[in-house]
Amino acid sequence: MRSDYILETVRMIEEECLDIRTITMGISLLDCCDSDIDVACEKIYRKITTAAKDLVQTAKDISMEYGIPIINERISVTPISLLVSVSGGDPVKYAKTLDKAAKEVGVNFIGGYSALVQKGMTAGDEALIRSIPEALACTDIVCSSVNVGSTKAGINMDAVQLMGKVVRECAELTKDNNCFGASKLVVFCNAVEDNPFMAGAFHGITEPDIVIHVGVSGPGVVREAVKEAGPDKTMNEIAEVIKKTAFKITRMGQLVGSIAAERLGVPFGIVDLSLAPTPAVGDSVARILEEIGLETCGGPGTTACLAMLNDAVKKGGVMASSSVGGLSGAFIPVSEDAGMIEAAEKGVLSIEKLEAMTAVCSVGLDMIIIPGDTTAETISALIADEAAIGMVNNKTTACRLIPAIGKEEGDTLNFGGLLGYGPVMPLRSVSPEVMVKRGGRIPSPIHSLKN
Amino acid sequence: MRAVISVVGKDRPGILAFTANECANRNINIEDVTQKVLEDIFTMIMIVTIPEDPEEYHSFVTDLESLGEAQGLKIHVMHEDIFNAMHRI
Repeated sequence: MRSDYILETVRMIEEECLDIRTITMGISLLDCCDSDIDVACEKIYRKITTAAKDLVQTAKDISMEYGIPIINERISVTPISLLVSVSGGDPVKYAKTLDKAAKEVGVNFIGGYSALVQKGMTAGDEALIRSIPEALACTDIVCSSVNVGSTKAGINMDAVQLMGKVVRECAELTKDNNCFGASKLVVFCNAVEDNPFMAGAFHGITEPDIVIHVGVSGPGVVREAVKEAGPDKTMNEIAEVIKKTAFKITRMGQLVGSIAAERLGVPFGIVDLSLAPTPAVGDSVARILEEIGLETCGGPGTTACLAMLNDAVKKGGVMASSSVGGLSGAFIPVSEDAGMIEAAEKGVLSIEKLEAMTAVCSVGLDMIIIPGDTTAETISALIADEAAIGMVNNKTTACRLIPAIGKEEGDTLNFGGLLGYGPVMPLRSVSPEVMVKRGGRIPSPIHSLKN
Repeated sequence: MRAVISVVGKDRPGILAFTANECANRNINIEDVTQKVLEDIFTMIMIVTIPEDPEEYHSFVTDLESLGEAQGLKIHVMHEDIFNAMHRI
C-alpha cells in the first residue's frame, strides 16, 4: 500500500470534508395498504420500526470501524398518496405515523410524503397534496415531494398551480420557525425513484421491498484537486482531474453501501455520486467553480464551468460503482453552500442565473429564499419554468423555494444545521397570473416519442 | 482484518514509541511501519492487525485518537479496505 495514497485519503477526510452524506434505507409500504387508515398506520409503524431498527447503529459501527464519517441515516418510503388512495381519511395521520416511526429508529429525516401527478391527480393524490402544509407543520422530520412533470407526460399545470399555493402555505404555517415547512418540500419534474438525498427522497414502486442507497459527497476534495492542478491547465485537463477525484469518492460510497447492505441483510441499491455542499467552510460547490477560474460564482462563465463539473463527476463516478443512480451530479442549493450564499449576498448570483445553471447540473432551484410577499402564482410560474427545463432536457429538475413570510429583499433567513442560511433573493415583480390560471397540461415534447 | 494508523505532528522524540506502546497495551500486532520527517513534520503510517471484537476495537481507536490529540498529534485509524477500494481498480 503506497503511503502517499494513505495520506491523500486521510487528508480528504480530515481537511477536505469528505464524507458519506447519507445512508438511506428505502422501504416499500405497498404491503401496508388498508382501507382503514388507522390499520394502515399501524402496519406502517410496525414495518418501519422493524426494517430500520438496526440502521443507525450499523452506520455508526461502519463509521467507527472504517474511519469514515457517515453524516446522516435516513429512510425513504413509497409515495404516501398511493396509500391515501386506498384508505381515504386524513392524510396527516400518515405523516404523524412516519414522524413517530422515524424518531423511534433514530434517523434524522424520512421522505415519501409524496405524490406523482405528472399526468393527472387521483382523489388520493389531491388529498395528500392539499394536506402537505399541515403535515409538514405538525411533524419534525417528514419530507415531502410532488412530481408535476416528466419528459414522457408533459407538465401538469393544474398541479403546478396548486403547488404554488401549497409552497406558500407551508411557509405561512411555519412562519414562527423560519418558514421551515417549505424547506422540507420539493416540487419535481422527472423525479427519480432511488434518490437517497432529502428532501426529495421517496421509494419508487419499481424498487425492491427494502433497499440501501448511499449518497457520497466531497465538494471540498474536488476543489482541492482543482487547486492543486493550478491555473495553467486546460479545461479538458481540469475535467480529467475532477473525473479521477470523483472516482475515488464514489469507490468509498460503493464500499460503505455494500457493507451496510450486507450487514442489514437487504439488497444494495445505488450510489448517488452527488457533490452535496454544506454551509461548512471548504464544503462548497460554488468554490469549485471559483477555483476553476471565476471571480465569483454566478458571473459569466458559471454555466459552462458547472456543465463541465457535472459531467466530469458522472464520468468519474460511473466506473467506480456497480450501480450509479439517484440524482448524481452537482447540487447547487443556495442556503446550504457558503460560496453560493456569499455570491447571492454580493448580488452576483441571481435566480435567473441559477435557473440557467439548473439546465446543466443535477437538480434545480434549491433552497432559495424568496420575498415573503411573493404570490402563489409567481411561485407556480417559477415551478413551471423549472419543470420545462427538466422536461425538454430529459433531466430531473426541482424547486425548493422558501417564501420568507414577513421578510423582504435584504433580510436573511437562518435554518441552522445542514440547511444553512441565506439572503432573501429578489424576484421580478411582473405577474404570470393569467398563464398560471389556465391550468391544463403542457404536452410532452416531440422527442419524448421514441418508440 | 487490518487497519492503517496514520500519525502526523511536529517532530519530537517518542512519537513512534507512544503509538507502539498503545498498540502493545491492547495486544495489537504491528505488521509494518513507514515514517518520514519532512521539514520538521513527522509522518508515520503503521499497519496493524486489529481485534475481532468490535467494542475492543472501538475503544482502541477512540483512546488512541484522543490521546494523540492531547499531544498535538493527528492520529487517524482506518480500515485497509478503504485504501484498496479508493486507489486500486
